[in-house]
Formats: sequence, structure tokens, C-alpha cells
Amino acid sequence: MSGIRLDKVFKRFGTTEVIKGIDLEIEDGEFIVLVGPSGCGKSTLLNLVAGLETLSSGTIRIGDRVVNDIPPRDRDIAMVFQSYALYPTKTVRDNITFGMVTRRVPRAEQDAAVDEVSSLLHIDKLLERKPGQLSGGQRQRVAMGRALVRKPDVFLFDEPLSNLDAKLRIEMRTEIKKLHQRLGKTIVYVTHDQIEAMTLATRIAVMDNGHIRQFGDPETIYEHPVDLFVAGFMGSPPMNMLRGRLKRDGSAVAVDAGEGLVFPLPERLALRLQQPEGHEVVLGLRPETIFAAGTELPGADRFIFERPVDVIEPTGPDTMVVFQAGGTEAIARVRPQDAKAPGESFRFEVEMAKAKLFDGKTGMHL
Amino acid sequence: MSGSGTDGIVRQGGWRHRVARVVLYAILGLFCLYYLVPLVIMVSTSFKSLEEIRTGSLISLPQEIRFDAWAKAWGSACVGVRCDGLRPYMWNSVAMVIPAVFISTLLGALNGYALTKWRFRGADVIFALMLFGAFIPFQVILLPMARALGMMGLAGTIPGLILVHTIYGLAFTTLFFRNFFISVSDSIVHAAMVDGAGFFSIFFRIVLPMAIPAMVVTVIWQFTQIWNDFLFGVAFTVGDSNPVTVALNNVVNTSTGVKEYNVDMAAAIIAALPTLAVYVIAGTYFVRGLAAGAVKG
Repeated sequence: MSGIRLDKVFKRFGTTEVIKGIDLEIEDGEFIVLVGPSGCGKSTLLNLVAGLETLSSGTIRIGDRVVNDIPPRDRDIAMVFQSYALYPTKTVRDNITFGMVTRRVPRAEQDAAVDEVSSLLHIDKLLERKPGQLSGGQRQRVAMGRALVRKPDVFLFDEPLSNLDAKLRIEMRTEIKKLHQRLGKTIVYVTHDQIEAMTLATRIAVMDNGHIRQFGDPETIYEHPVDLFVAGFMGSPPMNMLRGRLKRDGSAVAVDAGEGLVFPLPERLALRLQQPEGHEVVLGLRPETIFAAGTELPGADRFIFERPVDVIEPTGPDTMVVFQAGGTEAIARVRPQDAKAPGESFRFEVEMAKAKLFDGKTGMHL
Repeated sequence: MSGSGTDGIVRQGGWRHRVARVVLYAILGLFCLYYLVPLVIMVSTSFKSLEEIRTGSLISLPQEIRFDAWAKAWGSACVGVRCDGLRPYMWNSVAMVIPAVFISTLLGALNGYALTKWRFRGADVIFALMLFGAFIPFQVILLPMARALGMMGLAGTIPGLILVHTIYGLAFTTLFFRNFFISVSDSIVHAAMVDGAGFFSIFFRIVLPMAIPAMVVTVIWQFTQIWNDFLFGVAFTVGDSNPVTVALNNVVNTSTGVKEYNVDMAAAIIAALPTLAVYVIAGTYFVRGLAAGAVKG
């Protein structure tokens, strides 16, 4: 039974406030991902949970215990570091057992734990090597093995995959997820990679500048971002953000993005809006909701417009078509066979039901 | 990755390049000679008899190798009124240098570790002050130190000299280790903390084994400094507790009897041998340590 609860957590380094009053409640067995741009305080927050940094104010509970004044070793946590932080002079085996040695776990128990973990992580043939003789992926496994043998209540991961190459990263991502499904332990995972966040988390906390902007399951974060920051951070390529003004015509509401582009809002959204005609808004359209006209089954709330193609970027399964709209660059995700050469005119179709609308001044979701 | 990483680099060819090479090696050879000649003369003189020294020239090689001078320098040369050679003073030096090097190196490592991995308020100020100690000339501390040793009852003793060298050496050893540990990732220490290790446990089990290259540099430096020191030795010890440097001075600068150059030379070489040995032995480890540290990660 080990959830984590943070209440009004503040952290200052000298006069700079890095964590600005965070409340977070993590259930037992959840996989929480802290995601945000660099410098947003996510690693500091993780270190606070680990006890590697001291709180300026607030309380942190792990399970039912307030751990503010409890050193890392007594918090029943294990941590995986970005740089792996393996002990370079020790063999893989000694790296894994070091925690047990300092805790005076009997030798037989140590050996059993090493056997179990090393076969789980496929590092059983590497046990007598030194970290310097391992590849990045192997080091990563050893670092995870060192955390696993502790059998802690809470696992903390600090950007564990960011030093791996792309292919290995995807492999290890899957393994970490498997591991979580198998162990069912609480995990707090820090990353700046929003794809990692989406794929791994049961819930995501999007952080910016020492605050948590939004805390919710991946679908909510993706489909119902609370503000422009969250909307822009999650998703790749990022959401298109077209600035415009509200245009009312009876009960119908549209967004005039200039240059003759007037996006009609779906009824569900239109009825909810209280803002007057001419109110400044930002229309958020994810690239995958814009496609070549007529290539999807017809549906309600579609809007078709024409723009010349600026650039095309094939990714394999899809091709990104870059064009100008509402004074900014926008990206549509089309099937490769529908793409056209730069300069040619292209008929785009937008699924307006998936459109997000934000206040132009506050950036909050409307 | 290999030790010969520069072997494959394409080099400039042509006669100009070759001439430049020849000039380079000629200059290198000249400097080699410049540094080697005094040593050669010392060694050759130490093997000559007094007779040969008086009659022959300075740079001529000995006609026959004689170890008389070496035996005398080691066992029966007169240092002041005592005629036991350098031997007892060598042991004085050994008894002084080993604890002094060991303690100052260990404390320097501990300081460097605390200053970088257990950051505390004022750590930088303390480091700056310690560093300042590296710039204080020996002469400045002679009188206050003599007074302090006197009050501690250590005046004129080897333990007193060990204390002086340890304290004086701390500035350097701390500097060496701090600069090494600053490049060691903090997350290794963090990982060890999460693994349940405390301050000393992390120091001895994780950090110190990583610091072998720094340790070798420090040991060579400290050993050379302390073994070769004359001023502290002559100021803080008396007669029988003199280190070998002071004894050597007394052998060479004796004003009575005939000047035995061969004995002087042998004595000087004997006094210098330990530092040479430390450099050769530790130096190989030093290079090995550097190479091991070069493996990434």
C-alpha cells in the first residue's frame, strides 16, 4: 500500500522558486509520468520525493508516512537515473547487490535476488563485467536491475531512456510498461518526451515553470487539454493553433481566422460558448484531424478549405503537409498517396468535432 | 576505440616536413643530453676512487667500478659526530614520509569528497581558503609552527615533522581530489544514498576506488615534496631525528677532513632513489589509471 501524496510542496534554491506549490495525489500502483519542458522542475520534484532534495515547505507522504525528514534510504524507494549512475569500479553483480550489502541482507538472499532480476532483464551473462564494458542498453538494464532487487514500494525513474538511441528507447519503453503490469508497484517517471508520457502513464502530470498545469489520464490530456500550453506540448507534430475571432450568426458560431478562412464550430461547442462576437480565440486543430478532402468517410461537422502546399514531409505511414493558415504555419497529416508537390493547391478537410477552442488572452480552454 | 587513436591520421609528407622532423629530434636530443649529463657525472664519480677523482677529469668514466663510496655513504660516513652513514636517517625519512603521505592523501580525498558531493553552505569559501594554503611559502610558517610544536611537546621529533607535512600538504591534496571529484557525476552518490549507504560508506566503497588516478598523482606529489623537503626537516628536527635530506647536507658540507666527492655523489643518489622509485612504480599505475578512466562512462 503505497500511494504518494504531495501537499503544497515548495522548493526554493536561494531566491529562485523552482517548485511553486504542488498538490498531487498518486494512488497505489499507478504509473505517473511527470512531463514538461526542461527546467520546468520535474526532476526536482522527483528528487524531493526521493529525498535527494530537502523540501522548502509542504509535506510529502509515501503510504501513510510523512517522509519530509526521512533520508532516501529509509523511504522504501528505488531510483533509476538518467546517466544510469552505475558504480564504475564495481562489477554488474556488485552494482546490483550494493544496496543489499549496505542493508546487511544475507548472502544467499542476495544471490537469489540477483539470479531472479538478471534473468528477468537478460543480463545474467554480464554479471562479472564492469559498467565500462557494457553498451548503453545493457547499462540501462543493470540500472533497472539495481532498482528492482530492492523490491521497493515506489519506483522513481528520472529520464531513464533519454540516453538511448531511438530503437532501443522504444524497446525499453515497452519493457518498462511490462514490468509495471507485472509488479503493480507505484511508479513516478520523469521525461520530457511526450510520446513516452502518453504510452506509459496511467496518469500524466504536465508541468511548466514549477506548476502542474494538468493532471489526468493520457486520453484526457490529449483530447481535453486545459490550456494552450498542455495542448501545444502534447502531440507530435504539435497541435495547429490558429488565432481568430468569434463570429456569431444566430445560434451558429464560427472562428474567423482571416484570409477568408471561417471555421464553423460544431453545435455542441457553439451552444456552450458565452463569449461575444469578435472575442479573440485560438482554434486548436490536431494535424491528424486535417486530411485530404474526400479521403475519409463523410461525417458531421466537416469543413473543407483550399490552400497551397508549402512543404511536404513524408514519415512513411503518413505525409505531413505544411501550409499557411490564419497567419501561421499549419500541418496536416495526410495519406502518402494524397500528398501533392509544394506550390500546388490542396483541398483540406477538417474534422471540426475534434477542434479545441481556447481563449485568445488567457489561453484557457473554452 | 584503441590506444593508438592517432595512428591512422594522414600526415604531411615532403622534404620540408622531413627537415622539420630532424630539427625537432635534434633539439629534443640536445635537451635530453642537457638533463642527463649531471646524472651521468654523479653516477660515474660515485664509482671512482678518490685517487682517480683527483687525477682524472670530471667527465671521464671510471676505470673500474668500485662500490666503496656507496658502502661508506650508506653505512659509515660521518654525519656530524655520528659515523653510521645515511642509513639511520633514511629510516627517519621513511618513518616520516609514509604516515605523512598516507594521512594527507586520505584527508585530502575526504575533503575533496565533502566539498563536492556533500555541498554545504560556505563550501566554496572553505575551499578558497584551503587553496590559499598552497600559496603560503614555507618560510612564513616556520616560527609559528615551531612555537606550536613546542606547545604540543612535539618539537624536534619525527611525529612533529609528520604533523607539519600533513597540514602543509592538505592544501594540495584537497585541490587534487576536489578537482577530480567535481567531474564525478552526483547521481552516482545519489544512487548510493538511495542504496542505503552513508557518508563514509559511499566514500570508501564507491568514491575512493574511482579516484585511483587522483590518488596516484597525489601520492607522487606528496612523496616527492615531503621526501625532498629540507627546510622543515632542518628546522623542526634535531640530530638523530633528522630526515635524510638534512643528513645528506651534513655529509656533504662537512668542514673537516678530505672532501670525498665519490661519497657525496653516492649519498646524494641514495637520498634521491626513493622518489625515483615512487615515480617509476606509481607512474605506471598512473598511466594505467588514466587509460582506464578514458573508457567512456
